[in-house]
Amino acid sequence: MIQLDDLVVRLGDREILKKLNISLSAKTIGLLGPNGAGKSTLINTLLGFHEPASGTARVFGLDIRSHARRIRSMIGYMPENESHIAGLSGVRMVRLMAELAGLPPDHALERTHEAFFYVGMGEARYRDVGTYSLGMKQLVKLAQAIVHGPKLLFLDEPTNGLDPPARLRMLQLIQEMRATGDMHIILSSHLLRDVEDCCDQVLILKDGRVAASCNLEEERRANRNFLELETRGGGVMFVEGIENMGCDAAWSGNGRVKLVLPEGLEVRRIFELAEQQSVQIRRFSHKRDSLEDIFLKAMEEKPKEVAIGRL
Amino acid sequence: MAVYKRTYHGYDGPLTDGRWRFLVLPRYTFEEMRKNKKLFNFFMASFAWPVIAMFLIYLNHNASLLRLFKLTSSQVLNIDSRFFLMFLGIQSMLGFFIAAFAGPSLIAPDLANNALPLYLARPFSRTEYVLGKAAVLIIMLSMMTWVPGLILFLLESNLSGMNWMWINIRVVAGIFFGAWVWILVLTSMCLAFSAWVRWKHLGSVAIFASFFAAAAFGNASNLILNTHWGSLLDISHSVGTIWIWLFDEDLHSGAGAVFFSVSRTGVTPTWACAGALIALCAFCMYMLNKKIRGTEVVQ
Repeated sequence: MIQLDDLVVRLGDREILKKLNISLSAKTIGLLGPNGAGKSTLINTLLGFHEPASGTARVFGLDIRSHARRIRSMIGYMPENESHIAGLSGVRMVRLMAELAGLPPDHALERTHEAFFYVGMGEARYRDVGTYSLGMKQLVKLAQAIVHGPKLLFLDEPTNGLDPPARLRMLQLIQEMRATGDMHIILSSHLLRDVEDCCDQVLILKDGRVAASCNLEEERRANRNFLELETRGGGVMFVEGIENMGCDAAWSGNGRVKLVLPEGLEVRRIFELAEQQSVQIRRFSHKRDSLEDIFLKAMEEKPKEVAIGRL
Repeated sequence: MAVYKRTYHGYDGPLTDGRWRFLVLPRYTFEEMRKNKKLFNFFMASFAWPVIAMFLIYLNHNASLLRLFKLTSSQVLNIDSRFFLMFLGIQSMLGFFIAAFAGPSLIAPDLANNALPLYLARPFSRTEYVLGKAAVLIIMLSMMTWVPGLILFLLESNLSGMNWMWINIRVVAGIFFGAWVWILVLTSMCLAFSAWVRWKHLGSVAIFASFFAAAAFGNASNLILNTHWGSLLDISHSVGTIWIWLFDEDLHSGAGAVFFSVSRTGVTPTWACAGALIALCAFCMYMLNKKIRGTEVVQ
């Protein structure tokens, strides 16, 4: 879906994006990184707001230099900052945006109401946008981003400034869009939890370089097979028994065992073995290499030219 | 799709022609402007002079009405190029007031509310955005200047006959191109001020000030340096000079009404005036180009 080849973007004299090389293809992609890492610059470049200094970026196979207009017709963008058109009601603003995306006026009005209904905004849609609360403004921004049915949606900090219920609602909407639509989503956020809840793939930027990229779904699947046990009475024999079942296991002292379950082997068999050997299992946990761990690891490491794959 | 079906779905309906999509902006802007009673009333009042002129032309050719008012044709109005130049001058002056009040609110609110990323993240370029905003003023000023001007010309041609029309055919070019010169200069200035002055009332003041302050500075330069090139800073003088060339008028003094009158002593060449106006428009476009961006880069 998005292909970056040696992408360099300069703003003034400063190089913001430094030779980015990556291919993003998951349905929902999280864009992470500390402030100034280049997340917004990357989004703005893909939108055509910044001209690449060198390298190429392709969206759906189209070069952003030569096909910017066509790319933008397939994109919906929810900006990070407060953005609205003064003096217009919510309905008129979103309808205007739909018409600018090419929808005829009657279709635009119909889609506008659908988008408002979808984001859960009622009669307030007829009020001046300038009078909206921050949460309502976020919903209007989301409505205008999806009103024309884009194939790719950029959400730049969509939960910024939202109270917990509104944040949950926003995340639910993103998850629903991921589940029901044929739309790809790129979610830029500082909140790791939001990205973890909504995304399949994550791209971590640091100082304008790719610090890490991983497939969260694969990561989750891998984590499911990685177990940590804390036992009493267990020992080498217990570990050998586990290995005989086909697991990779390691004894780490103090009754702790780490093991990787092979495909098809149920966890119940480990408990049965423990019962046979009169070993008490005091703690049992799936290893959880959370997004926070991944992020922190990426931040600790020196930025690499390219670091793609599992961490 | 029924509204109760709350699942997200794409759009696969028809799309409008991308070439004319910029006209969406003036349509929405006019709907909003209509709510501004003062502006709307002033705009409507600006058609008073064309209606009066229309009546006078009709009166000029209606023997029974002339008899009724005990007038002769020459006493009512002499319909010639000077009449149309005067007409264009008055209408353009009213257009200046409209543009000065409506212009600053075209771009400034979008910049103040960070709306440009919303516009420009669509298949809608910066050029189209500027064109859409400019179209608001271009349409309004056209309705006030060359459209009624040409209607009056056609009315007079119809009443006076083809002979009059062919003798005065240059007036058509004068009205049309003369109005466009003024419309383009005024629109460029209003948009540039709207982009750079975020408070719209201040923007209106700045537009007035730029006209009068530049004219005053130009005249002061003429007096101090004993030259006439300072008149190039006087926008109305430059426009008036071009109008006189377009209408093929040999009269300078008083031609073009109030704003656009060119003094007998002011013999600035037409090419220089045209050059000054082109430079002004180019500068305004440069200023717009600096401001109209999808995202603001803080240096």
